[in-house]
Amino acid sequence: MSDATAKANSYRTGPDEGGHFGLYGGRFVAETLMPLILDVETAYEAAKADPGYQADIDYYAKHYVGRPSPLYYAKRITEHLGGAKIYFKRDELNHTGSHKINNVMGQILLARRMGKTRIIAETGAGQHGVATATACALFDMPCKVYMGSVDVERQSPNVFRMKLLGAEVEAVESGSKTLKDALNEALRDWVANVEDTFYIIGTVAGPHPYPAMVRDFQSVIGNETKQQMLEAEGRLPDQLVACIGGGSNAMGLFHPFLDDESVTITGVEAAGHGIETGEHAASLTGGRPGVLHGNRMYLIQDDDGQVVEPYSISAGLDYPGIGPEHSWLKDTGRVDYVSATDKDALEAFQLCSKLEGIIPALEPSHALGHVMKIAPDLPKDHIICMNLCGRGDKDVATVAGLLGVEL
Amino acid sequence: MPIAERGADSGRISARFEALKVEGRGGLVTFITAGDPDCDTSLEIIKGLPAAGADIIEIGMPFTDPMADGPAIQASSLRALTNGQTLAKTLKMAKAFREGDTETPLVLMGYYNPIYSYGVDRFLNDAKECGVDGLIVVDLPPEEDEELCIPALKAGVNFIRLATPTTDDVRLPTVLANASGFVYYVSILGITGTREIEADPVAEAVARIKRHTDLPIVVGFGITSPDQAQSIASAADAAVIGSAIVRKVEDRVDDNGKAAPETAAAVLEYVGELAAGVRKSTR
Repeated sequence: MSDATAKANSYRTGPDEGGHFGLYGGRFVAETLMPLILDVETAYEAAKADPGYQADIDYYAKHYVGRPSPLYYAKRITEHLGGAKIYFKRDELNHTGSHKINNVMGQILLARRMGKTRIIAETGAGQHGVATATACALFDMPCKVYMGSVDVERQSPNVFRMKLLGAEVEAVESGSKTLKDALNEALRDWVANVEDTFYIIGTVAGPHPYPAMVRDFQSVIGNETKQQMLEAEGRLPDQLVACIGGGSNAMGLFHPFLDDESVTITGVEAAGHGIETGEHAASLTGGRPGVLHGNRMYLIQDDDGQVVEPYSISAGLDYPGIGPEHSWLKDTGRVDYVSATDKDALEAFQLCSKLEGIIPALEPSHALGHVMKIAPDLPKDHIICMNLCGRGDKDVATVAGLLGVEL
Repeated sequence: MPIAERGADSGRISARFEALKVEGRGGLVTFITAGDPDCDTSLEIIKGLPAAGADIIEIGMPFTDPMADGPAIQASSLRALTNGQTLAKTLKMAKAFREGDTETPLVLMGYYNPIYSYGVDRFLNDAKECGVDGLIVVDLPPEEDEELCIPALKAGVNFIRLATPTTDDVRLPTVLANASGFVYYVSILGITGTREIEADPVAEAVARIKRHTDLPIVVGFGITSPDQAQSIASAADAAVIGSAIVRKVEDRVDDNGKAAPETAAAVLEYVGELAAGVRKSTR
């Protein structure tokens, strides 16, 4: 087979030069930002070609983040469900408690190479904000995190963590006061401070090169999983499962496996109170292609193209869009996208805590909610690997409230 | 895109700049958001703008997530959307204006998603039919020209390009390649209505852009007074005022988002003051 044919049959060659994954992606930003976006792209291409850059990333991944994260056979949940064999990729054990730090380390090292002296970020649940504040403390860079005022209320422990780490947290009062508005406000900050500021976007969305760049940084999850699974089972898993808000933990797990045809890949969106209620955050199931935050993607919107505020129990999945590469993977059919409700996630949250002694974040609880649905009917030699991308300490108060427990 | 492949436009924009040249002054471009705070009031304002002294009218197509706009225009967009404004209604307003005024150029300004959702071909067809002369779409840089810019030029609707302080001489040709109508120079690094403009760097920037194009240059983002309007309209072909006008609407809206009876009159009076400033400009 020639090289060209091999490429044509690959799901892993995107994006094209303009940052497109099929119909999706692109660079839909104001002209003020355009030169800077092009600079980021040039700098990232140069960094990729420099072994010193990867060596820096590897160093911090090992000594600061704590990689590789374990691949763990969840024996008790497997036995409880009585079907498929379930593994967890334990990215909740990373420093700061989620996969978000993988991406932040890559971007902050790039920002330093570019000579940028100030960092901004958006955050929903606060996990990306905490990871960014952490890296800024480590590298002694001023950091401003934009967070919707509604999220500031419901994720107050993370707000305090960011402040302890030295970051300034700006409660965003515009629009619907959640993650999408935090992104808008971060972009507005960036437009006003293009000279010295680097914007660390937290997910596989935004203008090119962000979706590809964040994917590359998160792919460490899938690359480790591949190797660890071969060591543990001598073969690849049959199925990967991960939750999806913007889609960064899922893309990190999925991307290295996209060309492994034997592996079924499943992304789990947040169905909130149920897709049929209209109160959900499932962009792929309940949205259609649209343009927001610098890229074309599946977007939850009304008939007039106005963005509709999503809903989920999980502030980290509460985003009306989804990364462009996921949008494309849905259209190609390579990845199956399903959804899990608040109720499914709450059940999974409790089951995992009781059976495995692991309190998962509400985000991967959605993935586990789906695993709980499918595993009982699958054969015992069907191996599922689920990304346990965050720990649930931050959600304990929320869950207590929902279960009617006063803390 | 070669000029020969472009559709014929209405000619209203170039005619207006020719007339300004004859008068020997810079122009006044006014922005208000369609449907802010309601359809009737904003149509009343738009219809009154030419008599109040506006030379070119920009109508904002409200969007839930106006990323390049400051608090004033964000709030005005939300007021309009809350009161049920849609892109179809905005086009209808353009048509109603055009029925009573066949000369004043009308430019729609906004973000891409509502247009994309409406359908690009359908939008261009309807916009042309409603007497729209140009489009300013903030989140469509030249890298995305295939989306709307090229189809607009083919349809004979001007696609007005934004240039900014970050658009250097290397990049300017890219930005200007498919520009038409006029060039909108964003005078500050930042979002609308948040930083005060300074005339000297603007004059330099306008001179720099003029070295690359024969199109008229208008300047906006940060003009708040008749005096500033005068000095910018002397340094450029026209001054754009948006947030400051929109705030005059905001001042007369009650807690329920309803306009006071004198809203339109108050806004037009303020536009009259800006127009008086611009009429003291010299080119």
